[in-house]
Amino acid sequence: MTFSPDPLLSRWQQPLRISAEVGWYDLFSRGARDWLRHNEKVRESVEKSLPNLIAGPDVLSGPGGGTVLVPVKLAEHARFRLRDTDGETGAGQGAGEDGQVLKPAQPQQGDQNGGDAGSGQGDLQFVLELKVEDVLDWLWEELKLPDLKPKASAREQDQEFVREGWDKRGVRSRLDRRRTVKQAIRRRAIQQDPAPFTDDDLRFRQLVRRDRPATNAAVIFALDVSGSMGETERQLAKTFFFFALQGIRRQYAKVEVAFLAHSAEAWEFNESQFFQTSGTGGTVSSTVFKLAKDVIKERYDPSQYNVYLFYASDGENLVDDREPSTEALRECCQGLNYGGFIEIRPAYGISPETELAGIFARMQRESLPLGMARVTGRDDVWNALRQFFQEQQARAEAA
Amino acid sequence: MSLSQSDMNERLQDYGKRIESLAHSVGLDYYPVDFELVPNNFMNEVAIYGLPIRMPHWSFGVRYIHQLIRQSMGHSRIFEVMFPGNPCHGYLVNSNTLAENTLVTAHVLGHADFAKNNHLFARFAEMSGTNIVEHAAAQAHRIEQAVRDHGQQRVEALLDAALALEPHVDLDQELHRPLYPTHLKPAAPRGDEDSFTGRFRHLPGEIERAEASRERRTAPIPPHPESDLLWFIAHYGPELEDWERDVFLAVRYESFYFYPVFACNIMNEGWATYWHARLLREADFLPSDLYLDAVTCHSNVVRPFAGEQQAALAINPYHVGFSMWERIVEQQGLERAREIRRDEDDFGFIRNYLDAELAEKLGLFVFEAKSDEGIKVAGRDVNRIREAILAPKFNYGAPRIRVGEMKHDGTLVLVHDHEADGRGLDLERAARVVQYVHRAWRRPVLLQTVDSRGAPHELRSSAP
Repeated sequence: MTFSPDPLLSRWQQPLRISAEVGWYDLFSRGARDWLRHNEKVRESVEKSLPNLIAGPDVLSGPGGGTVLVPVKLAEHARFRLRDTDGETGAGQGAGEDGQVLKPAQPQQGDQNGGDAGSGQGDLQFVLELKVEDVLDWLWEELKLPDLKPKASAREQDQEFVREGWDKRGVRSRLDRRRTVKQAIRRRAIQQDPAPFTDDDLRFRQLVRRDRPATNAAVIFALDVSGSMGETERQLAKTFFFFALQGIRRQYAKVEVAFLAHSAEAWEFNESQFFQTSGTGGTVSSTVFKLAKDVIKERYDPSQYNVYLFYASDGENLVDDREPSTEALRECCQGLNYGGFIEIRPAYGISPETELAGIFARMQRESLPLGMARVTGRDDVWNALRQFFQEQQARAEAA
Repeated sequence: MSLSQSDMNERLQDYGKRIESLAHSVGLDYYPVDFELVPNNFMNEVAIYGLPIRMPHWSFGVRYIHQLIRQSMGHSRIFEVMFPGNPCHGYLVNSNTLAENTLVTAHVLGHADFAKNNHLFARFAEMSGTNIVEHAAAQAHRIEQAVRDHGQQRVEALLDAALALEPHVDLDQELHRPLYPTHLKPAAPRGDEDSFTGRFRHLPGEIERAEASRERRTAPIPPHPESDLLWFIAHYGPELEDWERDVFLAVRYESFYFYPVFACNIMNEGWATYWHARLLREADFLPSDLYLDAVTCHSNVVRPFAGEQQAALAINPYHVGFSMWERIVEQQGLERAREIRRDEDDFGFIRNYLDAELAEKLGLFVFEAKSDEGIKVAGRDVNRIREAILAPKFNYGAPRIRVGEMKHDGTLVLVHDHEADGRGLDLERAARVVQYVHRAWRRPVLLQTVDSRGAPHELRSSAP
């Protein structure tokens, strides 16, 4: 009773769906230890499906949760095989006249011949339905993205011990059972003869001493909506914003979000308008920095909030606006944990330093809590995130 | 049927004992069978790995997903797994009904009889010992140790190659075969002193007979085209360390074990099905409702295609084998059936005992799959049907590939016998296998086959 894959079956098979009910970690359960080694392929597929995560209109300000469908193609372990010929024969059983069609030709078969090397017909497609938070947890681990560090408090009073994050060491009373079990399940899935629990599985809730309200975070997303920011650029900005927000949400219990857009003027929007707004006229970024400063002042008292600003633009700005921008940004920085500038530029050629990149670079040298990353494609989003989060972490630790 | 697990166990054990004594009385001859009730996921794993405990490899993970999908579609339900040996190991699913497991018990006894008496099984059992389950587990253990000692990547690279070559063994040779002779046999001293040719040497002015010919000459490796690729790489791979050699030999060992199961699939499943049907029919101690449930289960097993369908693009080995054995017993008697069970494998069984009348009765046909016309019924001629059934079984279901030569720089030359196979290899896959092999062989690997137009085509490994 050995396994005998039916070549005809799999060749004609439609993509299948494994529902979220199966559960991400069930797919990695006992019998599937070898499946884990194959998960490189799944990771690729999940990454390719990430645009689906952010397809909705309210993905940033919405409640979160939900699932995402990830088509997965299973890799094939190659063996020697005779080439396929048209007119393969086999033995079957049942009714049917000579020449009777049992299965009609599949129209897409023809298209597949188009030199798509590696897409062997033995490959199998199916669709995994994954919980968004699982995907994010896993992304954070896979991409080794650091967690954000809340800023150190300046004041000793109003401090308390608060649960925050987790650690591998701690006192028994703070053992996080859920995380510990989760960790053990993951480890057992990849180990042979695993012990039920090891010390490495243990996860303890961390208690930190800090200001009571600092568990709150506010994120200000600022977007250049001038004519030069096309659909692709906005989509990249949205992708970046989405994952930056997820990273912040991982760390803070309560996160408030503000959306600011500008061309020659700046406005505050709700999310759905935010990505659809397009302005005309010049680009004056000082307007949005000023608006950000006002928003912080009015709503996000820096002693109560960890404030993050992420600004996406193509980097072009009115030269006359250099001084006002620098000033407004400097003032902004007083209320910020961290400010990140993502410069969204097309990939081609070496472009000279843009106006805004120049401003940020100069201010970075003044050791203001600012960072900058250039994004030309979706892969850069991860690098930008990693860079920002690492910088922010280093800064918070240094402080 | 709602029975508590222990209640079911008890009754199953009781029926099992009685079925065994019934089996003995009708002449089934087998080594003792250890039955065990296991959860369904154990069965899945066995279906994927082929053995309860087997070496880890990512390709099994891919099979796991296939199995998961088949199950979720209701395509696949595994009733029973049996490993021949002394004792045999029979596994039953603990979530199956008592009726199903009673039937499976009888079925396993049929397999056990087959495994002890069929010559192919017997030959391989003689070579590989009668404790495959334990042996495979020990191999898996060693490979896991190798993963710890040498790292996941190195072991995986070896298994990529070894498992890809799984069917490329020489089954006509012994499992434990000696290495090639290192030297050519020295030419036999010619007893030619008095012969006609000998006289020339004594003519005046003839030079002394060259002494060189008496020296031992190193034999070429391989001395003849070698079709046991796993064995060849294990023993002649340049720079292969002992533990790496063991990985190849472990895969080869299991490949030898799997062969009789592969080559006797229709016969063996048919035989077990014949016996479960007969034993249950004769088991007058079974309650009638349980017997009826078991009969329903039997008719599902021998159903050629799913209920709503008219035809299947595969044959059901249980159905075909069962029908063939029933007819053999009916027309030629049980003793003759036992001889056939002893002597044949699927090749002889299908060619000698599947005749036109039975093929028609079973509704067998040949189909042809074309990209523009789809899959069509292509005829019901019994000769074509036989060959269509057997075609996937030739040469362990793999193309004929042999080591042609090992060059002085260590280059391994693999030659595909495309004439015997009738066409060339799937080049994209072949290139990947060549690359797998290269990583284990560590010297260049060449593969000669033909392209789609039949022109010679050479694949060469590239530096990793």
